[in-house]
Amino acid sequence: MLEDLLRLEAVDLDRGARRLLSGVSFAVRSGECWQMLGSNGSGKTSLMRAISGLTRLGLQGQRFCTESVLYQGHLPGLKPLLSCTENLRWHGSGRVTDNAEKIAAALKQVGLEGYENTLICQLSAGQQRRVGLARLWLSEAQLWLLDEPFTAIDVDGTAILEAQMQRHCADGGAVVFTSHQPTRMAELKVLDLDQYAA
Amino acid sequence: MLPELGTFLRFQTQRHLQAALRRPSDIVGPLIFFLMVITLFPIGLGPDPKILASLAPGILWVVALLSSLVVSGRLFQSDYEDGTLEQLALSPHPLAISAMVEVFCHWLLSGVLLALASPVFAALLNMPGQAIPVLMGSLVLGTLCLSLIGAVAASLTVALRRGGVLLSLLSIPLTVPVLIFGTAAVREAALGYDPYSWLALLGALAAAGCVLAPLAIAAGLRISLEA
Repeated sequence: MLEDLLRLEAVDLDRGARRLLSGVSFAVRSGECWQMLGSNGSGKTSLMRAISGLTRLGLQGQRFCTESVLYQGHLPGLKPLLSCTENLRWHGSGRVTDNAEKIAAALKQVGLEGYENTLICQLSAGQQRRVGLARLWLSEAQLWLLDEPFTAIDVDGTAILEAQMQRHCADGGAVVFTSHQPTRMAELKVLDLDQYAA
Repeated sequence: MLPELGTFLRFQTQRHLQAALRRPSDIVGPLIFFLMVITLFPIGLGPDPKILASLAPGILWVVALLSSLVVSGRLFQSDYEDGTLEQLALSPHPLAISAMVEVFCHWLLSGVLLALASPVFAALLNMPGQAIPVLMGSLVLGTLCLSLIGAVAASLTVALRRGGVLLSLLSIPLTVPVLIFGTAAVREAALGYDPYSWLALLGALAAAGCVLAPLAIAAGLRISLEA
């Protein structure tokens, strides 16, 4: 019996006075990769933030989420005046390692070899996104919550990320991500938020 | 895997100072602001050294308060905008402690520097020499209080686009006791009396602030993250 890493039971989500979602129920077990779909404004980011525990207001219903979570939102969580390595040494969520060799290896994975000591403010938007996503190679968290991970990432980068997400699931982890793009991942589970629209 | 609290504190402090030192203009700017405002007073009040000396404690303290207000408003702004704040909130370490590290680094680079530079400003206003050590001491303790008060207000206004005025309205009333004790200490010292009871009161305020303000700051930041 695989245990649930994340479970929502009949969850309603409000944003301000407006109800975004009602009756959302789903469970994420280890090994599963979920894509959250929904039109703009359907509450993908709000639900992601509520799942991670970042916001507490507006969520009614049962929410269970493992402690071992890597959350990567729209914002990169990178300091412009610190170098790639300095930035990757710390991330609040996700139990990332601060081992310099592993950080260099992760940067190589995302195609940024040689940029270890470059300041974030000297990188392009896409490169900055890649630095943020290098955390997927550094995290020991079981559940990854990724909000629009493919934004500003090119085709090659997307393929690399998809491969890493599938590897994580194969290793017993789980991924929940939002994206409008169709992905080429096999065994993808889909949560369409439009069907829960209030 | 969870780094110990001591390591975490040292690491975060190092990160903040490193990032801040890479943009020295943000550190020097408030000091130049202070210098410019101080030089306005002899122009506005007339250059009589006696008048300036008698007003110096009040002038220096009010300007210190204003410059602290200007810089503390931006305290959590960059963290909020680049997503660091989200990660601090999700971190297994208490948000109150992470926020306190930030306030402490901010105070080192603004308040403590201001206190170290204050003898120059005091000389510009013809302040008696025996009051200068007390001025420096009172500014070290007082700016810590001001940074903490500013951080509480900044934590509540960080999610607002133009929180500047609201920030001043929230924090200025709370800074009044600091101003009273700070100016009293310097004035007593300038007149040759014992300033230590005032300094002790400032110290008590700073100690109470260090204990209570982090809780308020963490709560404020969580509210801002809900927005």
